[in-house]
Amino acid sequence: MAFQAHAIIDSPAPLVAALKDAGWKVIAPVERDGALVLAAIQSAEELPRGRVDRASPGEVRIEDGRPGRWFDHTLPASGWKRWLHPPRHLLWRANRGRDGFELKTPPPETEDLAFLGIRPCDLAAIARLDAVLGPDGSADTEYMRRRRHMLSVVVQCARAADTCFCTGPGTGPRAEHGFDLALTELEIGLLVEVGSERGAGILERLPSREARETDIEEAHAISRKTAGMQRRRLPPSAAAAIAQAPDHPEWDQLAARCLACGNCTLVCPTCFCTDVEDTTDLSGDHAERWQVWDSCFATGFSFVHEGPVRTSVRSRYRQWLTHKLATWYDQYGTSGCIGCGRCIAWCPVGIDLTAAAEAIARPASPSPAPTGG
Amino acid sequence: MTLPLPDPMLPMRFRVVERFDEQPGVASLALVPVEDAMPLFRPGQFNMLYAFGIGEAAISISGDPHEHGWMVHTIREVGAVSRALARIHPGGMLGLRGPFGAHWPLRRQSGRHLLFVAGGLGLAPLRPAILQALREKTRYASLTLVCGARAPEQMLYRDEVDGWARQPGMDVLRIVDHANAGWTGRVGVVTTLLGAALGPHDPESVSAFVCGPEIMMRFTARDLAIAGVPGGRIWLSLERNMKCAIGRCGRCQWGPDFLCRDGPVLPYDRVARRLAIKEL
Repeated sequence: MAFQAHAIIDSPAPLVAALKDAGWKVIAPVERDGALVLAAIQSAEELPRGRVDRASPGEVRIEDGRPGRWFDHTLPASGWKRWLHPPRHLLWRANRGRDGFELKTPPPETEDLAFLGIRPCDLAAIARLDAVLGPDGSADTEYMRRRRHMLSVVVQCARAADTCFCTGPGTGPRAEHGFDLALTELEIGLLVEVGSERGAGILERLPSREARETDIEEAHAISRKTAGMQRRRLPPSAAAAIAQAPDHPEWDQLAARCLACGNCTLVCPTCFCTDVEDTTDLSGDHAERWQVWDSCFATGFSFVHEGPVRTSVRSRYRQWLTHKLATWYDQYGTSGCIGCGRCIAWCPVGIDLTAAAEAIARPASPSPAPTGG
Repeated sequence: MTLPLPDPMLPMRFRVVERFDEQPGVASLALVPVEDAMPLFRPGQFNMLYAFGIGEAAISISGDPHEHGWMVHTIREVGAVSRALARIHPGGMLGLRGPFGAHWPLRRQSGRHLLFVAGGLGLAPLRPAILQALREKTRYASLTLVCGARAPEQMLYRDEVDGWARQPGMDVLRIVDHANAGWTGRVGVVTTLLGAALGPHDPESVSAFVCGPEIMMRFTARDLAIAGVPGGRIWLSLERNMKCAIGRCGRCQWGPDFLCRDGPVLPYDRVARRLAIKEL
């Protein structure tokens, strides 16, 4: 490749400035309302520098970490999907006329978005969404249009949260490709890896110095250390086992805890399901059709004319976990789970997906024999 | 130069040219496109029909696949959208996206005995296949239709089915759950007629197309399989909630299949296990 593969920069500040100068709207994690969220930033000052997230089942707290460190936090609450697959999207408008109605699609809003600080697992999540919402050969989509206007600056993880388990699915803690630029925070600055011509063009505008072999080795050592911090694992047999276990008694145990709130589907970076909403104004002459995020935990999700197919929480939790870990393979050849652990952290009752999968993958113990009487 | 790609979520405008009241709460609409070419379809496929300001619903195509002048849909009023659609009168406009989905694989059954089993409105998605089979009946060993309904007055396309029954080379067997004073035929569920429908045919050489309520399809397919009809030669048309019809909204998932894209028509040997799982 023609571009210089590695360099060292002192701070992300010139990078944010260079991206903005080049016309990119920079989206990055910021601390807001006690959580890390994604927002458009004007300068690197808005990054949650020196702050870290402590995540555990049902709990996330933001606290002070090592002062001066830019990227010791792990994951923002929501994934990046909202920028590519927005929660609400106007599909078209229809106006009633004398002789029927006319349909119009809104003009596309084209914004060039630079995702700064996207983690390797979240980058993998976008690849998963590409398979779902990408082109089917005959048609363009809003998702693909937004995707073409996206640049990624990955941050290779220097810390794993208690809920992280990316090493199992192999989506992190280091991204090897698929990014424009990738940063690893070293003691002496940020190691920049270049992943595309476009990324090389951005790096050229930054004050940087050459990276030494030892810097690159240090970056890899950081990734190994981060991988070693992870304690949760998805059992490799989960996919096959879950697909074969629709009647496993463990589903009842999970359903007894699950509130069917849909938080997991909201924070999951690969959950893509949508509903449509049809609206009219008071005159009844102007109609709109909106695509909105939906959740398989909502009863209306499975509604057919007599009522919902999945009335029990058990069947809805089973649909979620089975699709994520098992049938996703049938549909797209990969798992739907990228190991970010958000569903564990943001579950109000702390259901741990890895533990749930392990329980379902374990053969059901035979029910106790009835005692004579 | 690349052509602008079509937006798969944007409906085409169609006009209702004829409307038939099939029975109370069920109407058939014949549609023609306002500006687009008439889309070609294969028996068993469906369209997404849009009623202005109300919403969209997945509706099977129920007309003759060789009739290119208009496209027919039979709609039962079960909710706000289907009610609005079924009440559009000639001259009225609706939106249409499609056709979508897997079709009844009629053409791959040359030389075989074709058995159609319909329950209630399930005859609508089968009608294009029956019309095509009648048109090319020398291709098949025999044609049989088993048709069930809750009551005689709920027998769909009654006069037309009478006409099919009079055609040489087509047997029609009818049954209702509840008879009325004028009914002299059989009373019961469609599965009780399957033995008679299979008759002297070698079950190995029978291809069955089944559409109706899920429970009716489950037991019909099971009984046909027990009688010896190969599981890969029995097809069912499944129904789930659909919003996009292009495999992207996620709602019509039934196990690994997106019914809008991989279905609605699926072979029994692929789905037999799933039919037995509650709330899938």
